[in-house]
Amino acid sequence: MPAGASGSTMVIKGGRVVDATGDRTADVVVADGVIVAVGPDLSGDRTLDASGCVVAPGLVDLHSHLRQPGQEEAETIETGARAAALGGYTCILAMPNTVPAVDHAGIVREVLELGRAVPCDVLTSGAITVGRAGEQLAPLGEMAALGVRFFTDDGAGVADARLMRRAMEYAGGLVHEGRGVVLAQHCEDPVLASGGHMHEGVWSSKLGIPGQPAEAEELMVMRDLALARLTGTRVHFQHLSTAGSVAMVAAAREAGLPITCEVTTHHFTLTDAACASYDPVFKVNPPLRTDADVAAVRQALADGSIDCIATDHAPHTQEAKEAAFDEAPPGMLGLETALALTLTELDLPLAEALALLSWRPAEVLGVEATHGGPVAPGRPANLVVIDPDRRWVVDPAASASRSRNTPYAGRELEGKVRHTILHGEPVVIDGEAQR
Amino acid sequence: MAAPHQHLLSIADLDVDDLDQLLRLTDAFAEVSRRQIPKVPALRGKNVVWLFYEDSTRTRLSFEQAAKRLSADTMTFSVSSSSVKKGESLRDTVLTIEAMGVDAIVVRHGSAGVPWQVARWLDDRVSVVNAGDGWHEHPTQALLDCYTIREHRGQVAGLRIGIVGDIKHSRVARSDVLAFTALGAEVTLVAPPTLLPPNLDGWPVRVSHDLDSVLGDLDVVYLLRMQRERMTEHLVPSLREYTTRYGLTQRRVGALRDDAIVMHPGPMNRGVEISAEVADLPRSVIIDQVRNGVAVRMAVLYLLLGSGVDRVLGAAPLDADALLAAPLPEPAVEPEIEGAMQ
Repeated sequence: MPAGASGSTMVIKGGRVVDATGDRTADVVVADGVIVAVGPDLSGDRTLDASGCVVAPGLVDLHSHLRQPGQEEAETIETGARAAALGGYTCILAMPNTVPAVDHAGIVREVLELGRAVPCDVLTSGAITVGRAGEQLAPLGEMAALGVRFFTDDGAGVADARLMRRAMEYAGGLVHEGRGVVLAQHCEDPVLASGGHMHEGVWSSKLGIPGQPAEAEELMVMRDLALARLTGTRVHFQHLSTAGSVAMVAAAREAGLPITCEVTTHHFTLTDAACASYDPVFKVNPPLRTDADVAAVRQALADGSIDCIATDHAPHTQEAKEAAFDEAPPGMLGLETALALTLTELDLPLAEALALLSWRPAEVLGVEATHGGPVAPGRPANLVVIDPDRRWVVDPAASASRSRNTPYAGRELEGKVRHTILHGEPVVIDGEAQR
Repeated sequence: MAAPHQHLLSIADLDVDDLDQLLRLTDAFAEVSRRQIPKVPALRGKNVVWLFYEDSTRTRLSFEQAAKRLSADTMTFSVSSSSVKKGESLRDTVLTIEAMGVDAIVVRHGSAGVPWQVARWLDDRVSVVNAGDGWHEHPTQALLDCYTIREHRGQVAGLRIGIVGDIKHSRVARSDVLAFTALGAEVTLVAPPTLLPPNLDGWPVRVSHDLDSVLGDLDVVYLLRMQRERMTEHLVPSLREYTTRYGLTQRRVGALRDDAIVMHPGPMNRGVEISAEVADLPRSVIIDQVRNGVAVRMAVLYLLLGSGVDRVLGAAPLDADALLAAPLPEPAVEPEIEGAMQ
């Protein structure tokens, strides 16, 4: 029986509550999945200790590959959700590049059904084009009617500019429960990037690994900014990785275009120099970039021109990654390390770091009524309790993911999730998944 | 010796002394190769496996010949890269081979970095020799190139070497640049910008897009193979235009210094990067490169696997002088070979 159910109360005691409204020391009482009281010296039928910890709205990830249906040996919605809960997430958005792709109502229903009884809220994005093949518009309206708010061909960009224009125009007319939808783009010019397995530059030249230039990403960013201007449709830029991309997007926001963007943890913590090991665990798309790009991404995070930090959690089996660098699939795990990397690597005030990981992505996704909102009575109890001083070492074998492809093995990080509360139920207690 | 070597993965792992010692040891094996019975029992009982994921005739035969002359046993694990797609991971293949009992794995793969991965998966229990990885490196080619240059020009230091052609996709060029410059040569890369690596920051080389302007200064013209598929990648307009601008034609040879030599890693495209007549000139030392390849690979295998220098360049620093001073084991005289000679 989940704690907090049917009238019993649970108090999260002794923590410092941090949300979009501020920062105060308070206990939080939860009952029936809802926060019922926030204040000093509260008690409940059950107590979760939060002394020395931060109590915050649960994290929200805009970019998780959960691999189900089709690649269950790498991840399932359940294992991905468990990894998410351990990482402090209470809501994650599944990417549509499953097998088959999430490109029609039937698959949307399947993913939502599989996500119903897992330890994290799972929403799904839908593909923009049928089979993510970039040739024919997928039934966006049919998927939107089931609650899909995010559409992307992630894993690839929509290369055809006319098709992308039509998708934006069409999506502009879709409204579900009073909200519009968002088109999100994995920006990569497929012809210019073709054959590239890492960032093209000093390291690719030295290592003899075929590269893809930063401009392959930037060209599509540039094009989609133009299309956003043409259509007026909201566009979300996924996993921006180059200095040029973040500068263009920041300038376009200044100019008032209706756009949002995310960066991943690996694009502000790792560079293409990591590929010198030839370990495909460092292969990812967009690829790890240069020191200058990492510095630009960090600067953009600090100055507020990035909306969200996303994980691009991309599990792959050991077998798949035990291949030659240019034969291995791109992608790395992220759900269990994103918070700690953000706290360890970025010199941001805690509230700003949490804004990037929780309330801003919740707003972009349109789930702010349920996730990422203030820790206040009446709000759904989707919370994370973080021990900000706890040091720990990343151990791939300890991951709840079915896969092990974290590039941070052995890295010491500061800040760890202690408890995660999903709709009032503590799904993670003292760093242990409860189900 | 900077550090002990168990593998030969990259020229970058060798310092000048290592290179020098390897070349001097090669002299000893070149001598063995000239004997009536060019075979010594140095690696008797050692097992070397060829793990070739990419077609290679000359490199594999050269290694095979080197191993045989050292009396090593050899096995071939020849796989097309399509077998990767049949399911067995590269790592599983490597562990399978190791389980059969091998002392060294000589690996060639179309993807850069595979020899490093193989060494890592074997946890350094078996010596790994890089016989060419993607566009990255081909260290034994660079060693035999240095040996050949030394044979014809006395030493590599101080020479002006032009590497001409498709540098971008060339593992030979990457290893040669490292080896030639480490030994003190001045290297100029000569190619259209499309055939150069996208970023040459940190490369100790000069770059020219105009072969004619550098030819007269070169001691060594090193030509690379021009592959036909580069046309479909829009890297050069046509083979004809490539030959016009970068081919070593009879006319261009006239601009060379008298003592300049011409090299090519093979296989040659006669009529493309090198004209047929030029390939057959006395200054073209291409056949010497092939011959020296065997002796260089003997030296490499001996250093990695030979008794006495356990794990090479391994446990103790290599003392090339002691190695060379010590008599090589007597040639194994096998009766059937004797018989065949009569």
